[in-house]
Amino acid sequence: MAEIMFWEAIRRAHDEEMTRDPLVICMGEDIGVAGGTYKATQGLYDKYGAERVIDTPISENGYTGLGIGAAFLGVRPVIEIMSVNFAWLAMDQIFNSAAKVRYMSGGQLTAPVVVRSPGGTAHQLGAQHSARMEKVFMGVAGLRVVTPSNPRQAYGLLKSAIRCDDPVFINEHELMYNMKGEVPDEEFFHPLEGSEVSREGRDVTLFGYNISVHWALQAAEVLAKQHGIDAEVIDLYCLAPLDREGIRKSVSKTHRAVIIEEAEAPVGVGSEVMAIINEECFFELDAPPVRVSAENVPIPYNHGMEKAAIPNPQDVVKAVLKMFGK
Amino acid sequence: MDTADKKRLLREMLFARRFEERCYEAYVERKIGGFLHLYPGQEACCFGVMEAARPGHDYVITGYRDHVHAIKCGTDPKAVMAELFGKETGCSKGRGGSMHIFDVEHHFMGGYALVGGPFPLAAGMAKAIKMKGGDEISICFLGDAANNQGTFHESLNMAKVWNLPVLYVCENNLYGIGTRIDRSTAVIDQYKRVAGYDIPAAQADGQDIEKVYDAAKIAVDHVRSGKGPYFLELMTYRYRGHSMSDSNAYRAKDEERMWSGRDPIILLRDKLIEAGVITKDDYKAMDTEVLEQIENDVIAFAEDSPEPKVSELDKYMFADNDPYVRGGQR
Ligand SMILES: Cc1ncc(C[n+]2csc(CCOP(=O)(O)OP(=O)(O)O)c2C)c(N)n1
Ligand SMILES: [Mg+2]
Repeated sequence: MAEIMFWEAIRRAHDEEMTRDPLVICMGEDIGVAGGTYKATQGLYDKYGAERVIDTPISENGYTGLGIGAAFLGVRPVIEIMSVNFAWLAMDQIFNSAAKVRYMSGGQLTAPVVVRSPGGTAHQLGAQHSARMEKVFMGVAGLRVVTPSNPRQAYGLLKSAIRCDDPVFINEHELMYNMKGEVPDEEFFHPLEGSEVSREGRDVTLFGYNISVHWALQAAEVLAKQHGIDAEVIDLYCLAPLDREGIRKSVSKTHRAVIIEEAEAPVGVGSEVMAIINEECFFELDAPPVRVSAENVPIPYNHGMEKAAIPNPQDVVKAVLKMFGK
Repeated sequence: MDTADKKRLLREMLFARRFEERCYEAYVERKIGGFLHLYPGQEACCFGVMEAARPGHDYVITGYRDHVHAIKCGTDPKAVMAELFGKETGCSKGRGGSMHIFDVEHHFMGGYALVGGPFPLAAGMAKAIKMKGGDEISICFLGDAANNQGTFHESLNMAKVWNLPVLYVCENNLYGIGTRIDRSTAVIDQYKRVAGYDIPAAQADGQDIEKVYDAAKIAVDHVRSGKGPYFLELMTYRYRGHSMSDSNAYRAKDEERMWSGRDPIILLRDKLIEAGVITKDDYKAMDTEVLEQIENDVIAFAEDSPEPKVSELDKYMFADNDPYVRGGQR
C-alpha cells in the first residue's frame, strides 16, 4: 500500500478508467495541456490526446451540458469545474438535465456523468472563491453527492462514480489536494452510499465530512487526552443520500451528537443530520444535538476574519465540553 | 422528394395538425394537465427537416413543443397521447408529460422545458457520435427566443471548436411567449447571429415544406459529411397561443391573417391539387381518415390505459441496483 497525495489518487482513478474504457473522457478548464489547476489530470493529455482530455472554454453551463449530452449516448465524462463557486453557473444543466432526465423519461435515458469540483475556504481567496456548496447539491433529487476526506476515498469514490449509471457530484476541497494517505495498490471501488467509522468511541458522536472529518479527529484526540471523553467520529463521505442507518446506529450507541460542517448552518448538512437523528432515534438522546458550523457571512478576505468565520477543532472541543456541562 | 413523398407528407402534417387540435380539446376536457404547447402552423419545419434527415437514426432533441417531433422520429402517437393523459403506457411512463416526451428507441432524446437547455445537450450527443464513429447526426430544434440564452452562444462556440456533427434548427415564429422578437432581440434574422462562430448558416421559408426540405438537405449533408455544425433558421408562425394559458392578445389580427394565408398544409395541398396528384375529395377523405384514427386509436388508447402506480413514485430516480453504489464489481 503506497502513500500518495490526494491529487495523485484522483489522477490514478482517471488514468485507470481511461485505459480500460475508451468512452471515458475528462473535460474542464485548463485540465489538458496545463495539467489541471490541482494536477488531478496531469499527464493525461499527453497519454490520451485532445479528443478525450478536453480543455474547455470558460462556459461552465455549456460544457457541463455538453458532457451530459455525451453521457446520454454512452460516453462517461468526468467534468472538472475549477472551483465550486463556478459550479453555480452549471446548476441549470446539473439539476435540470442530469438529475432529472432518468425520471422524466420514465427510465429510458440516464446521464452517467461525474462532476468534480473543489469547494471550501482556502487561504484568503475572498467571498467569491470560498463557497461551500455541498448543501445545495445534496438537496436535489436524482443526484448522488459524495465527498472524500482522504486519498483512498478520493480514488475509490471517483472509480465508482465513473462506473455508476447515475450522475454523481464529487465535492472536493482546495486545501486537501496535497494531503497524503494510503491507497491500496490493487484496484478498488468505494461504495457511493453509506458512512464510515473513522474513530470508534462511546461517549459522543462527531459527524464530519471532507475536511471536517479531520477537525473531528483532532478534537477527539484532545477530548480523550485532556477530558476523558471518548468520541466516535463518523465520516459522512456520502451526502446524498445520507446514511440514515449509520447515523442511527452511532447515536443509539453514544446518545450524543455533534455535527461539524465548514459551511454556514442554514439548510445544511448539520440540519439534515439533526432531522435524521430526530426521526430515527430521538429517544436515544441524552442531550440535544449541536452543530458546529461557519458563521453565516460571505467569507471575508482579512486573514483573522476569515479564520473566525469558519470552525476549527477547538470549536468542536468547546461544543462537546458544553454538552457535557464542563 | 417525389410525388408519393409529398402526398405522404401532406398526410403526416395533417395528422400532426389534427393530433394537436385534439390535444387542445382534451385539455379543455381536463384529460390533459399542466403546460401544453401546440405546434399548428409550424409543421413544415419539423417535417421538412426530418424528411432530409434520417428519422429514427439521427438523434433529435427539442424544447417543450415536442409532440410532433417525436411522432416524426417514429414514436407511436398513441404513446404520446397516453403520456399527455399521464398514463403508464405513455412514452415517458406518465412521469414526463407534454414537455418531456422521450423515445430513446427512436432516437428522440427528449423535450426539455428550460429554454435553451438542449443546446449543449445536442452538442454533447454530437461529441458522442463523433467518438463512436457513427454516421448519425445530432439535430436540435428550438425557438427564436432561446437564442438569447448563454447556452446558445456557448454551444455554437464549442460545436465549432470541436467540429461536432450537430445541426441547430431555429424555428423562428417571431415570438417568445408574448414578446415579439424585435422587442427582445437585437437582430431579427437569427442566422446572422451565428457569423461570430464561423458556422455556416441559412434562412428559409418555414411554411413551404419543399423549401424547408431543400435548405435542410444542404444542412444535413454538410453536417453528415463531417464538415461540422450548421445553423438553419426557418421563418414560421404558431397559430395558437404560446401555451394553453396564453390569451394570444398581443398579436395583431392582420399579422395572424397574413400567416394563416401561408398555412403549410394548405400550401402543399393546393400544390398537389393543382398538379393533379390529388383531388379536393381525396383531401377530405384523408382528413376524415386521420380524424378517425386519432379518435378510435389514439384517444381510445390513452383513455383506456392504466394510471401509473403511486407505489412506484420513486421508480426511475436512480439506476436499479447499480453495483457501484455498494462498491461491488459487476
Ligand atoms: C430558462 C427558462 N426561462 C423562461 C421560461 C419560460 N418560457 C417558456 S417558453 C418561453 C418562450 C420561448 O420562446 P421560443 O424560444 O421562441 O420558442 P417558442 O415557444 O416560440 O417555440 C419562455 C419565456 C422557461 N421555460 N425556461
Ligand atoms: Mg418563438
